[in-house]
Amino acid sequence: MSTVTGFRRRFFGRTAVADRTARDAVTEPVAQVDEVAPVDIAPNDPLLAYLQSASGAVDISELELDSPALADLKAAGVKLAVPLVSQGELIGVLNLGPRRSEQEYSTDDRKLLDNLAAQAAPALRVGQLVRQQQAEARTRERFEQELEVARLIQQNFLPKKLPDLPGWQVAAYYRPAREVGGDFYDVIPLRDGQVGFVVGDVTDKGVPAALVMAATRSVLRASAQRLIDPGVVLERVNEHLCPDMPAKMFVTCLYGVLEPETGRFRFANAGHDLPYVKTADGSVELRARGMPLGLMSGMPYEEKETVLAPGDSLLLHSDGVVEAHNPDREMFGFPRLKEAVAMYPGGGELIDRVLTDLRTHTGPDAEQEDDITMVTLARSPSAVQTHGSAPTRQLVEFEVPSAEGNERLALQRVSAIVAPLGLDDARLKRLETAVGEATMNAMEHGNQYRVEQPVVVRVFTEADLVRVQITDQGGGDPPEREAEVPDIEAKLAGLQRPRGWGLFLIKNMVDEAHETSDGDLHTLELVMHLNDGTEVRDEGGDDDDE
Amino acid sequence: MTTSELTAVRRRDGVAVIDLVGDVNATAEAAIDAAWAQATEVEPEAVVLNFEDAGYINSTGIALIVGMMAKARAHAIPIRAYGLTPHYREIFEITRLADFLAINPDEDSAVRGAERSNT
Repeated sequence: MSTVTGFRRRFFGRTAVADRTARDAVTEPVAQVDEVAPVDIAPNDPLLAYLQSASGAVDISELELDSPALADLKAAGVKLAVPLVSQGELIGVLNLGPRRSEQEYSTDDRKLLDNLAAQAAPALRVGQLVRQQQAEARTRERFEQELEVARLIQQNFLPKKLPDLPGWQVAAYYRPAREVGGDFYDVIPLRDGQVGFVVGDVTDKGVPAALVMAATRSVLRASAQRLIDPGVVLERVNEHLCPDMPAKMFVTCLYGVLEPETGRFRFANAGHDLPYVKTADGSVELRARGMPLGLMSGMPYEEKETVLAPGDSLLLHSDGVVEAHNPDREMFGFPRLKEAVAMYPGGGELIDRVLTDLRTHTGPDAEQEDDITMVTLARSPSAVQTHGSAPTRQLVEFEVPSAEGNERLALQRVSAIVAPLGLDDARLKRLETAVGEATMNAMEHGNQYRVEQPVVVRVFTEADLVRVQITDQGGGDPPEREAEVPDIEAKLAGLQRPRGWGLFLIKNMVDEAHETSDGDLHTLELVMHLNDGTEVRDEGGDDDDE
Repeated sequence: MTTSELTAVRRRDGVAVIDLVGDVNATAEAAIDAAWAQATEVEPEAVVLNFEDAGYINSTGIALIVGMMAKARAHAIPIRAYGLTPHYREIFEITRLADFLAINPDEDSAVRGAERSNT
């Protein structure tokens, strides 16, 4: 009896060699009878090494090895095993049972079988490689399909269009890396004409990141409509995400709310890269503390605010920008981006220029390493629509050295600029006092009376009001601010010190006073309506004077 | 021109009149302290603060005035003021200094008022 038993699927099922053989060498037996039962060979079975080094057909019945597989082969009636070796690698074995004539295999038979094995092994190897490539292609195709799904999810959750805000230029750029990351951005219309801006980044890539991004974006949108305050919104989003966040995933996110009419921008940050704002004094970071979303519940999110003056621009960005490497593995880095914001115009042009710098840095043919997202917000320099009517004009910007008594310079200059606008004498005097007190505070508390750190004063006019912005360098780590409300009776009784009237006076002299800080700068904005229709508010809030 | 250079003290019918001349701010502190000491060297029936020639008054100046008012209260000396511009009069009202410091339009009414309050 002579049977060529096919390479059985299970014959090498537990070996590296066997895996390939099992998949690829599925051949039907030439004869339909006397088929040898499949035999598994463990990877550490000595039979494998023996067959690998054998010079030709191996007489199984004569072979003595401490091998479970050998015992199985003998039990299955295998008489002869012919190793199939291609390029020195054992890729299969041809097993034969006893000859039908019941005679032993002759020398000619063995030669014939050796020749057959020498011919069959390369052909079998080619077949195995083809199968292997087909399998890899299927894997790649599945991977690409997953990436496409991730891209679709992300793109569907990005804004279809950006808002048209009179006096503002809003631009955005998003380009996913090939292995789609978790970047996202959003622009959310809120009540009273306010607009929410979001830039975020989910750790991880592909579909999981895209799904978390979609969930974050949806929760954030819903919370933003109801809660407005950026810090509270991020707190709420964090509480929603924490219970269901997959292990080792989290979301960094910067959320800010813009009041287009005033330029007031309130923001909170959940561990995201700091945005940059370009002002007349250069570019500064907007800092606010907060943990990434989805890591730990009960986290507070610090809320800060700044005022984007005419000509200012803001850049929100993802780490794909600063972490892009050049061929020497040097990152683009925060300093370069900060410098770009200071140097270039805002809006879409800022994005274009940064992308050009980025390409120069990485080289034109470099593959993008991570998603890149940028959102810019630029306030027109001299024509900001307010109340749908007249534009804002900057009347003057000047500096006052931080030296005692110099508040007189500021109030006199502001008074001279504002007087022709028609503010009545009593209200002009009030504005003078407020400007004087604000400048004193800025020189003393903000700049510690360092002459080389001037206070910057800017005056703007709109249809029916005047804005005076007084900026010092005390935004990063402000000195202790006085919280004591001045009380004349307490002062006369010696229970309060005589001083402490500055901020009280400021708030009572003007129609509105807004205090904002960012990474480096502290600004107090004073608003005075040109007509007398607005009551002067009597606020006895936080005091902060000389 | 600051108060430190020109602030003076006069006596009129037992009332000490302190003439505040120039800016009432941090630079005036020493002059105001000296004027108060001079005005109360012999205890007056009242102290009248003359703001007719005062210039710019800032929050530090307000604090100096509050300091004089506190000393007056401690020694039970009536204290009055006159010569305030409408703007500073408004500030005295907003800060409620006017609740504890009688404000008259001129020196005569201030002195008469001081005399009446002592009778």
